[in-house]
Amino acid sequence: MDLFLKELPQQLVNGLTLGGVYALIAIGYTMVYGILGMLNFAHGEIYMIGGFTGWWVLHLLSRNHHVVMNAAAVIALMIIIAMGVSAFVGVLTERFAYRPLRNAPRINLLLSALGVSIFLQNLVLNYQGAKARVFYVHSLIPESVRLIHLGPVVITLTRLIVIVVTFFLMALLSVMIKRTKAGKAMRATAQDLEMATFVGIDVDRIIVLVFIIGSALGGAAGTLVGLLFTQVDYYVGFQAGLKGFTAAVLGGIGSIPGAMLGGVLLGVAESLAVTFLPAAYKDVVAFAILIIILIIKPTGLVGERVPEKV
Amino acid sequence: MEREPVLKFEHIDAYYGSIQVLYDINFEVYPGELVCLLGGNASGKSTTLKTILGVCKIKNGSIYLKGERVNGKPTKEIIERGVAIVPENRRIFPKMTVLENLELGAYLRTDKEAVKREIENIFDLFPILRKRANQMGVTLSGGEQQMLAMGRALLSRPEILLMDEPSMGLSPMLVDQQFEIIQEVNRRGTTIFMVEQNASMALSIADRGYVLQTGSIVLHDTAQALLENEMMKKAYLGGQDGEDEEDEI
Ligand SMILES: Nc1ncnc2c1ncn2[C@@H]1O[C@H](COP(=O)(O)OP(=O)(O)OP(=O)(O)O)[C@@H](O)[C@H]1O
Ligand SMILES: [Mg+2]
Repeated sequence: MDLFLKELPQQLVNGLTLGGVYALIAIGYTMVYGILGMLNFAHGEIYMIGGFTGWWVLHLLSRNHHVVMNAAAVIALMIIIAMGVSAFVGVLTERFAYRPLRNAPRINLLLSALGVSIFLQNLVLNYQGAKARVFYVHSLIPESVRLIHLGPVVITLTRLIVIVVTFFLMALLSVMIKRTKAGKAMRATAQDLEMATFVGIDVDRIIVLVFIIGSALGGAAGTLVGLLFTQVDYYVGFQAGLKGFTAAVLGGIGSIPGAMLGGVLLGVAESLAVTFLPAAYKDVVAFAILIIILIIKPTGLVGERVPEKV
Repeated sequence: MEREPVLKFEHIDAYYGSIQVLYDINFEVYPGELVCLLGGNASGKSTTLKTILGVCKIKNGSIYLKGERVNGKPTKEIIERGVAIVPENRRIFPKMTVLENLELGAYLRTDKEAVKREIENIFDLFPILRKRANQMGVTLSGGEQQMLAMGRALLSRPEILLMDEPSMGLSPMLVDQQFEIIQEVNRRGTTIFMVEQNASMALSIADRGYVLQTGSIVLHDTAQALLENEMMKKAYLGGQDGEDEEDEI
């Protein structure tokens, strides 16, 4: 009884938190795949850089473990600056590691992405060290508001912030993709890149825009997870990248709504698994899902094959 | 200077990588004309259009748009100079609505109000598209996709409209209808350069025609003269009903 009334809603909330983050990461994979047909291995590192940026903003705005300004403003700055820095790094990788290989075989692009991933990891390792950086969230969120009771569910303020921010960003992206001219150009480019150039779309600029958006969302995810788990190190991108990739495949790689759905489902599935199975199974769940999807429905939940262009 | 061609090819040699596909191509299209480029499979018709759009590599020769040499310019700049295309297989954006496809045709335009009016004009020209306005492109029939591709191209208000085999895959009745519309669009002032295998249909509405054979132009004349040409009759005009094997596929 207790399990269903208390544990279940609690794990659903936890799953939603994690799922929102997975969704944000998955969007970056899926958008780049949609246009370039490439798996951007370096995306996990973009996320990791977002995490470090968030940590640095918090660090620079703190004195003796106390923030020097309004806590909400600090959190907002952490997220916004992380998004900006990650977007900038994402654009650099596109410009120097991917664009020169646009007409090369896919495998070259894939290897280049792998190289960028290793390069960024080592760059951060070199300048930031191997030790995890700890987010002093106590300075941001006072004891009195740390826990919020919603009926049987107890939710930490941090989780609430993560849920609100992730779902706000996803809603913003959805509107942008659906309604704006740039959003339409992005969809057109993903569906038929050459035809998009034939109606006058500057495809190079659209690709840059895709890297900006995907990387910014990845960076936001990095900082949000930093707030949630209160630490970041140079290697966090690996695990997060795999989760985001799994979410993208689960939803149907190439589809933005699919990435959102896949992320949330993966997060919830993981949290429920923890409820019913030993905690050690948490990560196994993600990969079990990945393998099952690849076997029985490689196009994912909302992925529908568009006829290949001739 | 009134008779400056909208489009002019001068000694064009075009390549895919190191494979030459077009040999010393010369032709011009004047304002208001409907000119067709005829030829069998793999003769280089689509390549000619891709060369205009800057997709193929040009080794020798020049392409002029309204007197300005445009070789080597990026596709976007060619489009900005008033070129629009109804490509082979229509290339409708499959997961965008009919309305969105039309809006994309006007991507480079900033006069929103006029675009809205012109979309209405397209709906008047092709009433079926109005009914399908919010349907995804992929759900349209071949004939409807052809209309949509035409509407999309017209919405850029092109100086020259390129069409690649508008008859492909359409039933004879739809082909007739399609060609009537092409003729009507041309009468209203749009200059058209059309690639076709269906020579008799194309020549029935064109002003002039060029004939392409394995990458070279072997014949050019007025449409009337080509229809009466002995070699044309033998090689391209075959059955008088104007059908060719492409229609059966
Ligand atoms: N992307 C490409 N790379 C290499 N060769 C190509 C490419 N596209 C076309 N070709 C070759 O160029 C030649 C001309 O092709 P093109 O598509 O221009 O013919 P076409 O006249 O349009 O034929 P169809 O009536 O079948 O459409 C063919 O031999 C074709 O194999
Ligand atoms: Mg062709």
